[in-house]
Amino acid sequence: MLTLNNVRKTFNRGTVNEKVALAGISLHLDRGEFVTVIGGNGAGKSTMLNSIAGVFPIDSGTIVLGGDDISRLPEHARAKYLGRVFQDPMRGTAADMQIDENLAMAARRGKTRTLRWGITKAEHESYASELAKLGLGLETRLSDKVGLLSGGQRQALTLLMATLQRPDLLLLDEHTAALDPKTAAKVLELTEQIVIEEGLTTLMVTHNMHDAIRLGNRLIMMADGKVIYDVRGEEKAHLHRADLMAKFEEAAGEEFSNDRMLLG
Amino acid sequence: MLLAFQGAVAQGVLWGIMVLGVYITFRLLDIADLTVDGSFALGGCVCAVLIVERGVNPLLGLVAGLLVGVVAGAVTGLLNTLFDIPAILAGILTQIGLWSVNLRIMGKANIPLLKNPNIFTGFAKAAGLPQNLATIIIGGIVAASLVAILYWFFGTEIGSALRATGNNEHMVRALGVDTRVTKLIALMVSNGLVGLSGALVCQSQKYADVGMGTGAIIVGLAAIVIGEVLGRLMPGKLRSFSSRLIAAVVGSIVYFLIRAIVLQLGLDPNDMKLLSAIIVALALSVPVVWERQQLRASYLKGGEA
Repeated sequence: MLTLNNVRKTFNRGTVNEKVALAGISLHLDRGEFVTVIGGNGAGKSTMLNSIAGVFPIDSGTIVLGGDDISRLPEHARAKYLGRVFQDPMRGTAADMQIDENLAMAARRGKTRTLRWGITKAEHESYASELAKLGLGLETRLSDKVGLLSGGQRQALTLLMATLQRPDLLLLDEHTAALDPKTAAKVLELTEQIVIEEGLTTLMVTHNMHDAIRLGNRLIMMADGKVIYDVRGEEKAHLHRADLMAKFEEAAGEEFSNDRMLLG
Repeated sequence: MLLAFQGAVAQGVLWGIMVLGVYITFRLLDIADLTVDGSFALGGCVCAVLIVERGVNPLLGLVAGLLVGVVAGAVTGLLNTLFDIPAILAGILTQIGLWSVNLRIMGKANIPLLKNPNIFTGFAKAAGLPQNLATIIIGGIVAASLVAILYWFFGTEIGSALRATGNNEHMVRALGVDTRVTKLIALMVSNGLVGLSGALVCQSQKYADVGMGTGAIIVGLAAIVIGEVLGRLMPGKLRSFSSRLIAAVVGSIVYFLIRAIVLQLGLDPNDMKLLSAIIVALALSVPVVWERQQLRASYLKGGEA
């Protein structure tokens, strides 16, 4: 489904702020895999997701998605393959537009926009039932401006928007990190429900080890722009936090004490 | 006196079409597009030259004004999207360049259209109406049709993507829309309206002048904020998109009425630009100060809410 082959990305090349974010990373995802991604700060997790989404051009290597080489496609041209939820709840929705208008735009992800009316009656009704599944009471507020929603509601809406039209790959970039624990748990629960129901191939970056172990059927750990640990299936099911901590220690050496605090 | 007010309403309606253009960039795209000063004069100049020197039908002169406005908007849009020049600077560059272009087109600083036919005198004669009333009727019809067209356009798939671009560019790109294209379209539509407005004003005032667009952006912003304030004062829900467009045109009429009143009171016309700038500055700063004041006032010393 997704293959990263020796992808490299260095920010601020040639300056004192030079930072190698991806150091020749290679990764292959099969269809239907739900992969959680962990790693310390600066490990390259978000850079990997943004490289796949085309937020910036990569320095070298190839990214192949569903048989198409998308390495050099602009961000908007990759959208037809990808559903994305960002860390910042403000980033995935248009605050001054209505809930149904946001959904209608998401339903047209990757399709050519025409001069047809932006939202049809039939889809308006289907949105109510889709929103009802979130269990947040949004189905009665279709014409409310998204700016009126809480961060958690916006994030749940973004999740629905990302999956409204089935994506080949779902990219979740710490999408619960900015939420309070209770809301985060709710959004994660919805994430699991949608991903499993639809059998979506998913990459989920998280800072929470517990979530990384509990969710998904594969886990990768990144450090210094590379995958340093990759575990799936039975082995992952029996994974414990202590195992991950040991891996971290092995990989990060002295920096470990810092990461331990961050990963709590 | 009454005649002066009629004239003000007529002017307000015609300039209101420019205000619709400014509304698209300022409120929907969230940029202040300074191309407007240049594209307004461009529309007027091209229309005047075509009518006076080429004997073109005044109606076609309006179409030409609209088209050259679209081109001016495209120049700003391409500078902004292809070369990442900040929108405000891209607009200034086009505006400055258009000053020379407009002088080249006219070959002199102004062209009178006193003896040439225009759509307003034509209609006034045919319907037996006074000039001002004829202008208000034609301007009203044009403005109403444009509000309807814009309402439709911004409800379409492309129009929705365009509104979202001003709201959240990241999201729009993530949903597969090239935001360079949406910005370009918005600037072209906006300046097309501005050019059309320039051509209408040129025909109504019976001359085109290279400086006729100077300060147009300030008139546009002032009209928008006046319209919004009036909309808020109205009872009921005036939040729908169509009512916001209508408010922009009404704001323009009110702006020119205020202008007529202060001129009647003996204000030097040259001071009008200062007055406009003060109106805009006040309208933009009052809500900020008010909100800050509300936040301060909501502080309770004891912490008990």
